[in-house]
Amino acid sequence: MATNLAQKPTASADVRVPASLESVVIRFAGDSGDGMQLTGTQFTHSTALMGTDLATFPDFPAEIRAPTGTTFGVSAYQINFGARRVLTAGDQPDVLVAMNPAALMTNLDSLKPGGTLVVDTGSFNDRTLAKAGYTSNPLEDGTIAPYHVIRLDISRMTLESVKEFGLSNKEAMRCKNMWTLGLMLWMYGRQRQSVVDWLKGKFAKSQQLADANIAAVNAGHAFGETAELAGDMSHSTVGRAEVAPGVYRTITGAESLALGLVAGSKLAGLNIMFGSYPITPASTLLHQLARLKEHGVVTFQAEDEIAAICSAIGASFAGSLGVTSSSGPGIALKGEAMGLAISTELPLVIVNSQRGGPSTGLPTKTEQSDLYQAIYGRNGDAPLPVIASSTPGDCFEVAIEAVRIATKYMTPVILLTDGYLANAAEPWPVPDFDSLKPFKVQFHTEAEGFSPSHRDPETLARNWAIPGNPGTEHRIGGIEKDFNTGNISYAADNHQRMTDTRWNKVLGIADDIPLQEITQGDATGDLVVVGWGSTFGPIYRAVEQSRAKGLKVSQIHVRYMWPLPKNLGDLLKGFGKVLVPEMNKGQFATVLRDNYLVDAVRLNQVNGQPFKVSHLNQVIAETLG
Amino acid sequence: MNELSPHKLTAKDYATDQEVRWCPGCGDYAILKSVQKTLADLEADPANTVFVSGIGCSSRFPYYMATYGFHTIHGRAPAFATGIKLANPKLDVWMVTGDGDGLSIGGNHLLHVLRRNVDIQILLFNNEIYGLTKGQYSPTSRPGTRSPSSPGGSIERNLNPCNFALAAGARFVARTVDTDQKHMPEILKRAHAHRGASFVEIYQNCIVFNDGVFADFTDKKAAPDRQLRAEHGHRLVFGPNGEKGLRLNRDKVAIEIVTIGENGITADDILVHDETDALLAQMLVTLDGPDAPVVVGVIYCNPVDTYDAGVARQVEKAKSAKPNADMKELLFAGSTWTVD
Repeated sequence: MATNLAQKPTASADVRVPASLESVVIRFAGDSGDGMQLTGTQFTHSTALMGTDLATFPDFPAEIRAPTGTTFGVSAYQINFGARRVLTAGDQPDVLVAMNPAALMTNLDSLKPGGTLVVDTGSFNDRTLAKAGYTSNPLEDGTIAPYHVIRLDISRMTLESVKEFGLSNKEAMRCKNMWTLGLMLWMYGRQRQSVVDWLKGKFAKSQQLADANIAAVNAGHAFGETAELAGDMSHSTVGRAEVAPGVYRTITGAESLALGLVAGSKLAGLNIMFGSYPITPASTLLHQLARLKEHGVVTFQAEDEIAAICSAIGASFAGSLGVTSSSGPGIALKGEAMGLAISTELPLVIVNSQRGGPSTGLPTKTEQSDLYQAIYGRNGDAPLPVIASSTPGDCFEVAIEAVRIATKYMTPVILLTDGYLANAAEPWPVPDFDSLKPFKVQFHTEAEGFSPSHRDPETLARNWAIPGNPGTEHRIGGIEKDFNTGNISYAADNHQRMTDTRWNKVLGIADDIPLQEITQGDATGDLVVVGWGSTFGPIYRAVEQSRAKGLKVSQIHVRYMWPLPKNLGDLLKGFGKVLVPEMNKGQFATVLRDNYLVDAVRLNQVNGQPFKVSHLNQVIAETLG
Repeated sequence: MNELSPHKLTAKDYATDQEVRWCPGCGDYAILKSVQKTLADLEADPANTVFVSGIGCSSRFPYYMATYGFHTIHGRAPAFATGIKLANPKLDVWMVTGDGDGLSIGGNHLLHVLRRNVDIQILLFNNEIYGLTKGQYSPTSRPGTRSPSSPGGSIERNLNPCNFALAAGARFVARTVDTDQKHMPEILKRAHAHRGASFVEIYQNCIVFNDGVFADFTDKKAAPDRQLRAEHGHRLVFGPNGEKGLRLNRDKVAIEIVTIGENGITADDILVHDETDALLAQMLVTLDGPDAPVVVGVIYCNPVDTYDAGVARQVEKAKSAKPNADMKELLFAGSTWTVD
């Protein structure tokens, strides 16, 4: 399949002049199943290998193969790449590549005014136009007049480029995306070799398909190079970003999370037992970890969400690091078991790749609306630590931190990520594993005087003795336990004491996490924008731009959602106003108001899309009045 | 209490100091005694033994066993047991559940732990009633059971636990009776010896809410005529003198109850129990009718590879394929580039 691509030079770019651009946002849009995500990821990979900074936003429907040509079947992949630090996938594409009328219908509004539209005219006919809901042809009725339009019969040119390989028409048409990729690689001076290598691997079992797809890439590239399109399009380059020296790779949040969990388990000296049930957008983590058995990872695809977490808790009881993962609806099902892990005080990491809710909601769209669920969502007084990752690469550090806290404090930990982070890619400086500080778990083995209820006086963590060790046989369960003996106890005073102990243990973790830093700007000012999770990029850029305009704005981006950093309340007092942008109806704002009696102003968006920098800038300006 | 103990352990050594809190006369006491005796006979290492349970009267069991124990949440014991075995396949895991815990709220998990064939022993105490919640009918209660939640009699059809287990793909299915202190340890030992998920249904009398529900075949007087003890390689006979038996009606592929010496029936007509025969097992557990005996004993035993062994093999294979796999290599996997 062909992909469509949009290209934009940074400031009101003139693409006709070969230019070195600061950054470009391209959005590829076509039918789901047509390979838009592959086109996007390959363009991303090629771009990253050239040292350009980038951020991506895969945006696809929940249906795997929605009916061809429909608007609800459109799959898109947006990449923002630049010679400067790139923190967001971009507010508006500079270039939109529309592979069919439906892709045009659903994405044209997002294209920057005056932006470039590359459109496969070969896919436009009465039938496809009707399916997309057009009553007249947008290529002819003035709809696309505000844009710089490049009309190409990509379908026909693709068929020609692969003619010699004897593919069926259907197979040949599936090469459209590679032709388009070739063209876009040329337009932005990206190298082709990584794509060729990838195609050889992907079609290792079919020389014919490998050759045809490579031919399509080359044909698209050659078209850009040789076609007399000077008036329409031209070759631009985006340079290397000024980034810190080191070795880099591209990484998605799901990949980074998997690596972080494995790294954390090694630092703790434990094997991972990962119990999970497939759910969008969390399944990627299961897929990643299932391939890492040589690192002592066992993955268990359970029969349901409840079994998934219960198997992980069972594994922790037996001395592994139990980890489970899901998205909102599945996390809801795990609630009772989390309570058991809290009551029995066993280490556990629970990853929530948040998506739009409630109920099934928007499986493939991102949201941050499970914060209440994470902090408060269990029966009884059931506190547990909650931490959130803010970028794909950050998932690595946050995963290690989740393992550290879970094992040191004998507690379940919820790690919040989201669908955007899970799928988005960015260049990542590969960390030096040897520089990370181990936190090796010491199981309790001494039989003399053993009780499973004995606690470390400092952390309040109970000791962890595991089956197989003679002399420390013990029974645990979800019934309230005597503070001293660990035996069943329904005594009134004891329940008060145990509830207080569990509460204080979790709150005490605040002494063991870094103090909150001002992420950007001064320690005092007119306004602080407080965020958490994947809104980091847009907020950072908006605050940066507002500050450049002279506004006294700072940014605080929070990782430790519960317990909160000890100094957070004091930091907030340094600002006249507090603005909390969230992709929910104001959940963290509630937490801040509750804990600090601060007049946190909510800025909420739940449209399944990341915040736009321009929108944040506008609200910042309005808030400052 | 470890493997270096100089003395041979007795049943008492497997009991904790915790006061047992079942109702006086509950069938669970007999089962507890039988399990403790079985572990002593097996010389089981308490340090290596784990009892896992869900919620309900039966699920208090782990608190009374001087081994490792985990009293978990309602219906989910199979998932915890699976996780324990995946973390450490060497552990000897016993799971205790009831008809409500295992077949109602936990039906899905029981299905899957049996299907996967995780190497654990599953003891399902069937008393055909909810005890801990005060006497509501359960999935195994017979239609018409009057209870606080079914004052006009329950209108649901009841589930047959052994038939459920067979349909789920269990490779070891057995039955025994709480009061039968000779038979139960034998069955438990067989379950323990079996590699894979061993399913044992134990008819257990709830003296408070469902007293005597099994009396028609468990009372000493009634038992000979109403209980058939299946033993591999032996004919399927019952009755005070073994004069009754099961014959295959080949016209209907069904089992019929016959009496040796009547209508020309001889001992040779009686079916010989083959515990590896799944079809026979299904017929035995579903025998029905006024004359039909309740079949106890090892009804089906036909081992195949276990889930936990399969998982461990894949891990070992991956490790031997990449003996030097380390974190650094993993972090640098794939395409990288260097910024100077």
